[in-house]
Amino acid sequence: MDAELSTATEFPQPESFSFDEESLKAIETIVKRYPPGKQASAVIPLLYVVQRQMKRSTGSAWVPNKGMDAVAERLGMAPIRVYEVATFYFMFNMKPIGKHHLQVCATTPCWLRGSDEVSRACRDAGKLGGWGQTSEDKMFTLSEVECLGGCVNAPILQVDDDYYEDMDYESTVRLIEALRRGERPAPGSVIGRQTSAPEGGPQTLLDVPGE
Amino acid sequence: MAKVTVDGIEVEVPNGVSVLQACEAAGKEIPRFCYHERLSVAGNCRMCLVEVEKAPKPIASCAYPVADGMKVFTDSPMVRNGRRGVMEFLLINHPLDCPICDQGGECDLQDQAVAFGGDASRYREEKRAVKDKYLGPLVKTIMNRCIQCTRCVRFATEVAGVPELGATNRGENMEIGTYVEKALTTELSGNLIDICPVGALTSRPYAYVSRPWELRKTDSVDVLDATGTNIRVDARAGEVLRILPRTNDDVNEEWMADRGRFAFDGLKRRRLDRPWVRQNGKLKPASWAEAFTAIAAGIKGRKIGAVAGELADAEATVALRDLMAALGSNHLECRTDGAAIDASRRDFYTFNTGIAGIEEADALLIIGSNPRLEAPVINARIRKRVATGGIPVGFIGPRGLDLTYAQDWLGEGGATLSALVGGQHRFNEVLRAAKRPMLILGRGALARPDGAAVLAAAWQVAAQNGMLQADWHGFNLLHQFGGQVAPLDLGFTTGIPADVEALWLLGAEVPAAVPESAFVIYQGHHGEAGAARADVILPSAAYTEKDATWVNTEGRVQRGRLAVYPPGEAREDWKILRAASEVLSIRLPYDSPDGVRARLVEANPVFGGPGFVPHGCTDLAGPAGDAGGVAESAFASSIHNYWQADVISRASATMAECARTYLPQAAE
Amino acid sequence: MALSDKDRIFTNLYGLQDWRLPAARKRGQWDGTKALIEKGRDWIIEEVKNSGLRGRGGAGFPTGLKWSFMPKQPGDRPHYLVVNADESEPGTCKDRDILRHDPHTLIEGCLIAGVAMGAHTGYIYVRGEYYNEHLVLQAAIDEAYAAGLLGPNACGAGWDFDLYVHRGAGAYICGEETALIESLEGKKGMPRLKPPFPAAVGLYGCPSTVNNVETIAVVPTILRRGAPWFAGFGRPKNSGTKIFCIQGHVNKPCNVEEEMSIPLRELIERHAGGVRGGWDNLLAVIPGGSSTPMIPKAVCDDVLMDFDALREHKTGLGTAGVIVMDKSTDLIKAIARLSTFYKHESCGQCTPCREGMGWVKRMMDRMVEGRAEVAEIDVLEQVTRQIEGHTICALADGGVWPVQGLIRHFRPMMEERIAAYKAGKAAPMALAAE
Repeated sequence: MDAELSTATEFPQPESFSFDEESLKAIETIVKRYPPGKQASAVIPLLYVVQRQMKRSTGSAWVPNKGMDAVAERLGMAPIRVYEVATFYFMFNMKPIGKHHLQVCATTPCWLRGSDEVSRACRDAGKLGGWGQTSEDKMFTLSEVECLGGCVNAPILQVDDDYYEDMDYESTVRLIEALRRGERPAPGSVIGRQTSAPEGGPQTLLDVPGE
Repeated sequence: MAKVTVDGIEVEVPNGVSVLQACEAAGKEIPRFCYHERLSVAGNCRMCLVEVEKAPKPIASCAYPVADGMKVFTDSPMVRNGRRGVMEFLLINHPLDCPICDQGGECDLQDQAVAFGGDASRYREEKRAVKDKYLGPLVKTIMNRCIQCTRCVRFATEVAGVPELGATNRGENMEIGTYVEKALTTELSGNLIDICPVGALTSRPYAYVSRPWELRKTDSVDVLDATGTNIRVDARAGEVLRILPRTNDDVNEEWMADRGRFAFDGLKRRRLDRPWVRQNGKLKPASWAEAFTAIAAGIKGRKIGAVAGELADAEATVALRDLMAALGSNHLECRTDGAAIDASRRDFYTFNTGIAGIEEADALLIIGSNPRLEAPVINARIRKRVATGGIPVGFIGPRGLDLTYAQDWLGEGGATLSALVGGQHRFNEVLRAAKRPMLILGRGALARPDGAAVLAAAWQVAAQNGMLQADWHGFNLLHQFGGQVAPLDLGFTTGIPADVEALWLLGAEVPAAVPESAFVIYQGHHGEAGAARADVILPSAAYTEKDATWVNTEGRVQRGRLAVYPPGEAREDWKILRAASEVLSIRLPYDSPDGVRARLVEANPVFGGPGFVPHGCTDLAGPAGDAGGVAESAFASSIHNYWQADVISRASATMAECARTYLPQAAE
Repeated sequence: MALSDKDRIFTNLYGLQDWRLPAARKRGQWDGTKALIEKGRDWIIEEVKNSGLRGRGGAGFPTGLKWSFMPKQPGDRPHYLVVNADESEPGTCKDRDILRHDPHTLIEGCLIAGVAMGAHTGYIYVRGEYYNEHLVLQAAIDEAYAAGLLGPNACGAGWDFDLYVHRGAGAYICGEETALIESLEGKKGMPRLKPPFPAAVGLYGCPSTVNNVETIAVVPTILRRGAPWFAGFGRPKNSGTKIFCIQGHVNKPCNVEEEMSIPLRELIERHAGGVRGGWDNLLAVIPGGSSTPMIPKAVCDDVLMDFDALREHKTGLGTAGVIVMDKSTDLIKAIARLSTFYKHESCGQCTPCREGMGWVKRMMDRMVEGRAEVAEIDVLEQVTRQIEGHTICALADGGVWPVQGLIRHFRPMMEERIAAYKAGKAAPMALAAE
């Protein structure tokens, strides 16, 4: 994790950033959620907009300095206040990452069920040296993340926005190979569980009204 | 009021004050790092923990409001353990490098570790390493020492009004800095050094120079702007090593502007340290006797005048006036920038609201001044008022200036002022709706051909918009240097006639209209164009080198004190004039500091008192100018290069570095 | 006597059915909401009080009482409802199921809670990682607007109510209510000094109440079925039903809604297929999310899963995330990993937490190896005491309790580890500091 901390100068920063059409549309919707004069509330959503636009335009989802400046200008904030927010929250990548962000939950609930194996599989199949590293082919970046809140489906590997659950070494390797082939397997339990129900099928909620 | 019992001592404090303040009222010292009276409360260092009866946990006294009947304990086992614990945590990642730390000897962390900490650390892990940050030429950072109290972040954001410092990353990786490397764009950065409770932010020019206990400390007054900031001059072996602000809530609170703080290295450079006399067109070193003899010969039978410069002290000014009078001359001038100041009444040329009075104003109009560059500490006071009271600020001058607070730009110059005089401008309504409106008129707006008209117009705006009341004076002239008001108090406004034949310059340049043939005496500590043009140069003491009286823009009379002796043969100004009078066979009637001061009071009784007390205005009659004669043209502040605005700062290497950093296009 | 399906509130917990409005309605949601609202603010608060509902986010504060702190008369400042969906406590994944499978229970609850506290606006703060979940929630909100259930004159009951989703971005601390408010205002998620409390000065300086997702989502059913129905489950002061997240070394980890005060052993064996290798293979359980100290098997044998029973054993119900560890577990490492978590998630504001969490983490890492002195176990314990109770918020407390629980119950294991290390490697440890 410490390895992922970065200062602003270790890698090239784009010289400019401006919101594209899609981003501008998203921003328009976002700022309406907050009362007049409280636009600063939109800082996290707008940083996401920046990160998504970078993903669209460069293939790497990250937040460059100029992107933060653009957010500051749009929301009438001092840039440093945006830098503070962007570096405080863990989901903003302050440096370029690979095409897919492999985020291994390694907190105790996942660790008890084998997250070490999941991260080993990520390193092996993704050709990654360790936490915070990006593979040479820029396909994958590996991050250790804290509890993802899917503990009854541990261990969890989050790829970009999606949770892959009930992972082990082999399923992780298979997932990474599929990603490398350009496929996108359906997220969720890889052992066929019905979401958070016990393996083998729900034992409760068998008798509920509805469909 | 709330009754609070602190360690058995009952005190009564206003409702809403913090427990910490109640403890102080009871005479109990509460240790703290993040808490600072003049900043918002952060409550993060946890050093000020106290025990409150019935509370299960200790509370942070800086952030907890008192309640009637509250019982507080500041020295219970719970409190002692809490403090010792916090102290230990603060030190685990703090490099114990006190022997090489410039904060050593005046470090809150050091002091409080001794008073409240344990005697050993149990920490056996590796210490955190934090990259040092660049904040500009004045503030040096050693970030390993930072205890993340965020005082600096709050100062920059709240007081200086430059939200450029922040705490990025989180948890133990939290770092103070600008994130994207840049020099802080503030004229108040030196205060960061003062408020940093540890050695994380120290003075770059002072790095490794001295230890606090080696310094001789002299209370004095800053003159490099007209605020009249109260200072302490720290010197060792005849050399000024640093200048710090002293607290004076009426003037500078506890802040100080960077030029006043850091320009002092200019006191050692380009100094005039011996008399010079022009012989055959060339300046040659001379003795005092030779210089005086040359003067006696040079001015004999000539029509003489005198000019007091922007750093002139009152004693020298009155001596110069007396000398001129004895020579039969009443040609006196101090408005070296050409500002059309009317000195017929003191409230025409002073900051009558008072600096502290800004906090009572509820509307402000700024005319032709950039207070941020002309008086950064006064500007901080305006910012404080705007930040706490949200008062409207109308501004006439260049568009787009960042004054560090919200301003309503009304227009560029004379046209807008005239509209305000007419009473039809939209800002007239703002002013008329206010109970305590004030205006600040910059000297820059008076230093133009229609200056007298501008002055009269500004006064008229004040008079017509409720600024002049029996108990409120909202008309303010903002001067730029500490020596600009005393000569006005001493009548240096009669003017220099175009046919003048000899001139005595007290740290001033030669006025433009003076003929080439005039005999020029330059008395000063730094020689610029005036010295180069002079026939005789008399080396004098700078403000740190003499006991002298200064008058700030408010009209406040303050005493500066000698911290070090002037270099070489340089002497105190009034003594030079007194000595010259002997040679000129005039013999001024005083030869002691008390004598010259008695003469000052005689010349203007204002020098016998504080010079400024809050006052109102009952005589609405204005200055002499014709308010209708204001030209339409734009106003400009006369200070563009904040860092090198006076002779001392122009000689300063530190200020040159600042100019290179902040004004690359203006640097030499 | 386990809870029967007819008494379960979250009837689509597993997403067996569609989450959309028509299906939700068939399950009984949005049924008679208008009538409930029309019974008025005081009635709602009274019912919630009588139901005995305590906050489901970990602290267990009585919900009706919390709502009653909001100013009775509307002043010039608007009131806000803020829903805490920043589910990040390790071991907790219950709100996720509500967001993605039963969003309409939550949305309906927001409207009712909004009425009860005089709020016309609600924000649901969803942890950033729940990206897909937030899409479902937003779509459900859009449906509710389209059906007139939200917006002006919501449900036709005469109350205007707007509801927005706000995503966080990866910070456990934002689950602390004032940090959440700061974050929602566009700042770093650093907890605020209290007082003032959010009911007086909350979001945008206005009266606000922050409630957990599950807390809000159970309210409509409580009102429909009556406070006595809800209060009839569990022991007094621990009433109601609760979603438990059973995980770790059990045969079939799962989420399940059960009656409060269910015995821990029954919970694990009935719903999660029992402990891996049988009950006797159990070593310890963290009963209520990572912040609650672990309890050894002997306690687990008959402890009830509710606030008061667990408190008697110096732990807590917390979020009801039940982390089961069998005898193969390196308990020291399990707790050391939690110390890493808390160090990572400390906001950095208060000295004891910022500095202390790293210290604890590093000591715990050495304890895992046994690279320490026995006396350092005491130092570690003292450091946790030095942190606890000295900070603005409770993250630090929750961060040191697991370590205290380990020392309390398994100190001999730590001493053995140290002895083993010394036996294997005689070299004294390096003194790194100073």
